[in-house]
Amino acid sequence: MTEVLRRYGPVLTGLILLAVAVWLALLVVLPQVMMIGFSFRPSLPPSRIGGPEDVFTIRNYLTLWTNQIHLTIFLKTIWASALVTLATLAVCYPVAFYLAQVASKRRLPILVLMLVIPFWINELLRTFAWYIILAFNGPLNALLLGLGIIDEPQRFLGGDGGVIVGMVYVYILFMVFPLYNAIESLDRNQIEAARDLGAGWLRIHRRIVLPHAKPGIAVGCIMTFMLAAGSYAVPALLGGPNSRWFTEIIYNWFFEGGNWNQGAAYAFILLVLCIAFILAAMKLFRVGLADIAK
Amino acid sequence: MSADRFRRAVTGAYLVLFFAYLFLPLAVMAAATFNSSRFPTVTPWMGFTLGWFQALWQDDRMWSALGTSLLVGAGVILVAVPLGLAAALLLDRLHSRAKTFLYALMVSPLLTPGVIVGISTLVFWREWFGVTGGLFLTVVAQSSFIAAYAMLMFAARLERFDPALEEAALDLGATHGQVFRRITLPYLSPAILSAALLAFLQSFENYNTTLFVRGLDTTLTIYIATKVRTGLTPAVNALSLVLIVLTVLGAVVYEILRRRDERRQAGSAAATV
Repeated sequence: MTEVLRRYGPVLTGLILLAVAVWLALLVVLPQVMMIGFSFRPSLPPSRIGGPEDVFTIRNYLTLWTNQIHLTIFLKTIWASALVTLATLAVCYPVAFYLAQVASKRRLPILVLMLVIPFWINELLRTFAWYIILAFNGPLNALLLGLGIIDEPQRFLGGDGGVIVGMVYVYILFMVFPLYNAIESLDRNQIEAARDLGAGWLRIHRRIVLPHAKPGIAVGCIMTFMLAAGSYAVPALLGGPNSRWFTEIIYNWFFEGGNWNQGAAYAFILLVLCIAFILAAMKLFRVGLADIAK
Repeated sequence: MSADRFRRAVTGAYLVLFFAYLFLPLAVMAAATFNSSRFPTVTPWMGFTLGWFQALWQDDRMWSALGTSLLVGAGVILVAVPLGLAAALLLDRLHSRAKTFLYALMVSPLLTPGVIVGISTLVFWREWFGVTGGLFLTVVAQSSFIAAYAMLMFAARLERFDPALEEAALDLGATHGQVFRRITLPYLSPAILSAALLAFLQSFENYNTTLFVRGLDTTLTIYIATKVRTGLTPAVNALSLVLIVLTVLGAVVYEILRRRDERRQAGSAAATV
């Protein structure tokens, strides 16, 4: 702290501390604390707030256990997000490995740029692209019909399948960059040495590349899972009444059910789920917070 | 040797497939803009038209949503960039555990689902200040995590900063304000520009957080989502195409600038060695 003061002087230090305090207190910590506190109180009309009924309760949390539909959707959100995470990892690993270890110096910049460009494009627009592809009269049905794989057009929209496919596409770039960064720092000589010593292709990946890529895999999985579990745009566009996502139920508590306390409880459950996933990934891949928040 | 060639062929095919997977959906969406079908699709092809651009141009609600997005984006730049700058300056001078703790707290909004950022902001401001959803809350909620992106960009640049420059200026009698204005800020100015650009882009494309705090205001991204669900015409594709072209141009310019800056820094580092 004294070094901060010595470097920036009293006025600037004061301003810096004020800005950081405003950000972290007013914009980050207090809203979360408030939301959690709010979720442990009953939903009451304004006149009765602070009255005898306004007590600490876990009723908002019990709702999830008693409401079979909500519980099913919650569990589906978990396994579907995990599936999205695994699928993106499988799709991205070869690409990341190629870019980081195999691609020539000359070709690399253009390939990376080709990855960066879709990354910049609005998530909603990338989802919308799949809405068109998966539509009943869309190109995917036309292609499958033309190839004779199906006899009549299928409904790809409005089901869990469409949502999962869309999510893999939309969040894939959050997986490929952490993987690429991790594998890039691996010395190519290590792979050469292993090959010279007779290691096969599979063993090189299992014993050298994958262990080295652990922090990147952890970061990619954490980001992808968090984005998938917390996604609203993809299920809203590609899903339907029969493929609702947990975030959509939260939204309905706020803007259709008008029960904010209940919605806050569900939001906190979603947050706990994401934190649990982060901790599990950190333990599984044996990485620290410093590796993740890079 | 032939096994090697086989592996190379498989890798090449996989890469082609992968990039096709990345770009084909966008190409299909773009192509549907020029199909005169009422519903955006490429199958069947009903004939070439530019009519959907005209329909888009005459859509008043699109223009007002665009105005809202620009306003929110400007607000986010004004809030998130200074906050991120202050945070990075503070972190740069801290050590050990205080730094680790603050850093974790600062990046935590990036690991929080966007809907939760929106919800907590909505609840907090209504309960404490009686503020309901609208432009103000949208700027506040978006800034809470976009400031973290800005912080990361400033921190990355500060890492390569030579503190001896500031030391020397202070020793020679410059005030702290002068040092900040004449040395620190100019050094950070490329990062300020890119942080502002990134903040605007993040704000412009945000959906999940904005959805909860927007009140009755409609940003362009919210407007597109509403259009897709109710009243979808290829005019939405026309809008998407325009946005994508602008984004790609922005991305290319940004990358070129970044690489040039990187080369220049590498060059000057080599010169001093």
